[in-house]
Amino acid sequence: MARTEPGASDTKVSDAPKTSKASRTTKTSKDDLASLAGLEAGLDALETRTAERVSLGSVLLSKLVPPLVAVVLVITVWQLAAASDLKPDYVLPGPLDVWRSIQDMWLDGTLLGYIWTSVSRGALGFVVAVAIGTPLGLLVARVKVVRAAIGPILSGLQSLPSVAWVPAAIIWFGLTDATIYAVVLLGAVPSIANGLVAGVDQIPPLYLRAGRTIGATGINGIRHVLLPAALPGYLAGLKQGWAFSWRSLMAAELIASSPDLGTGLGQLMENFRTYSDMSGVLATIILILIVGIGIDLLFFSPLERRVLRSRGLLVRG
Amino acid sequence: MATALVKQPTTVDTQPYATRLDHVSKSFGRPGAQQLVLDDVSVEVAHGEFVTLLGASGCGKSTLLNLVAGLDLPSAGTIDVPGGRPALMFQEHALFPWLTAGKNIELALKMRGMPKAERRGEAERLLELVRLKGAYGKRVHELSGGMRQRVALARALAQDSQLLLMDEPFAALDAITRDVLHEELTRIWAETNVSVLFVTHNVREAVRLAERVVLMSSRPGRIAREWRIDIPQPRRIEDAAVADLSVEITEELRGEIRRHGQN
Repeated sequence: MARTEPGASDTKVSDAPKTSKASRTTKTSKDDLASLAGLEAGLDALETRTAERVSLGSVLLSKLVPPLVAVVLVITVWQLAAASDLKPDYVLPGPLDVWRSIQDMWLDGTLLGYIWTSVSRGALGFVVAVAIGTPLGLLVARVKVVRAAIGPILSGLQSLPSVAWVPAAIIWFGLTDATIYAVVLLGAVPSIANGLVAGVDQIPPLYLRAGRTIGATGINGIRHVLLPAALPGYLAGLKQGWAFSWRSLMAAELIASSPDLGTGLGQLMENFRTYSDMSGVLATIILILIVGIGIDLLFFSPLERRVLRSRGLLVRG
Repeated sequence: MATALVKQPTTVDTQPYATRLDHVSKSFGRPGAQQLVLDDVSVEVAHGEFVTLLGASGCGKSTLLNLVAGLDLPSAGTIDVPGGRPALMFQEHALFPWLTAGKNIELALKMRGMPKAERRGEAERLLELVRLKGAYGKRVHELSGGMRQRVALARALAQDSQLLLMDEPFAALDAITRDVLHEELTRIWAETNVSVLFVTHNVREAVRLAERVVLMSSRPGRIAREWRIDIPQPRRIEDAAVADLSVEITEELRGEIRRHGQN
């Protein structure tokens, strides 16, 4: 067996025989192994930090109190402005008038219906947008020709206000649900796809190399390495996609309102406007805000935090 | 080895080596403006052998490992790895942060085709081999640098490859941890049947670990010289025999580097 290359003749001679499998192990004594294990355990203990747990009370205090104070402050200023009669009540109603509008809708039993109509449209539109935006983003991220062809258009579409699609959609589909969903999709798909593209672009190349070395190639590489590695960027895209869905939906509902379509929050606001009911308009704006923020807070933010924390990407403080 | 190489999948037993590079050259760049990185490199790693590749910057060590790992193709020459896809360890741990330590190992087992029912037990066994028994459920960011490299070693071993390629895997660790990992690697190499091709620019590390040290010259990378190390294991990096030979090899390495300053 040719063990050394021709021309390389330098060898260090010692009286130990050439190490073989058998002699390798016998040379390490039990004591050496035990002391090595102890040394290693010590190093591990020294270098491992235990994460301190923050109590629920202090989390609530630091996360919940500041925004509550801010909201109370805004409402106070609003109430003062309304009470000082700067403007007549039908232009600037006070917080209590607005609260009464919401209360009336609640007592009529219509409030949840309006909200549900919009939320179900937004959710369905968002789910379809995810189903289209995800493969689209993957194609743009991984196929050079596709990226060159539609990458710039996709980013450009993000800066186009989706309300601009409403007239076109009405001409195409009339005053139907199709118009509303078309506008939602045109608003949300580009941002979801772009989020995934950004997520894939930010993957450290080392992960892809490591994946290939352990044999995760092709579909396995996408499933076990590419997609999980791109997840933080993808989630940010989903979050933005939801915001775009919701915004687009409101724009579509405001303009494309017809008795044939169920009454969502956008149509509700348009109805209040025709009756010059400013309290109702403001109440609807507040409802739209609450739903938008609520879904982000209840769904997307916890998901994003969980993913980031499990990867050690969330720095506390 | 006078017989001609048969270029088809060969079983481990029919070849006396874990890998063999035959007159391998590699250039990068466009035709016309090519840069030769590896020039006519021939190396062989025997079964169960521990070889370190030693060289200064620009000697193409990492390029060579990529070629053996199959991540890139040589411009000329042949590379034979009879045992199939080699395992590769990087300077960075390259563990996936979305998986726990145990699941990182299990992914390698899954890619190797091991049935789901056996993976958990095998992952635990490998973690025990690198002495991280309780680390199965730990996230990567919860582990220290040395622990991460040990998990990475366990993941590489999970591929059950005949050949383990290591690309300066301990270069980013502190000296104490590196010493410990040298001992661990020597122990694991002795316990398993794996052959190791270990790339480093650290002369003492090369002498501490290897049965054979191969010195490469830089730009383009060529085999300059090699030494067989017969100092019995377990060695220490501060052993006199290790130090003496390191001085000799360092002189040679410096000579190689000096040549570049003269042109």
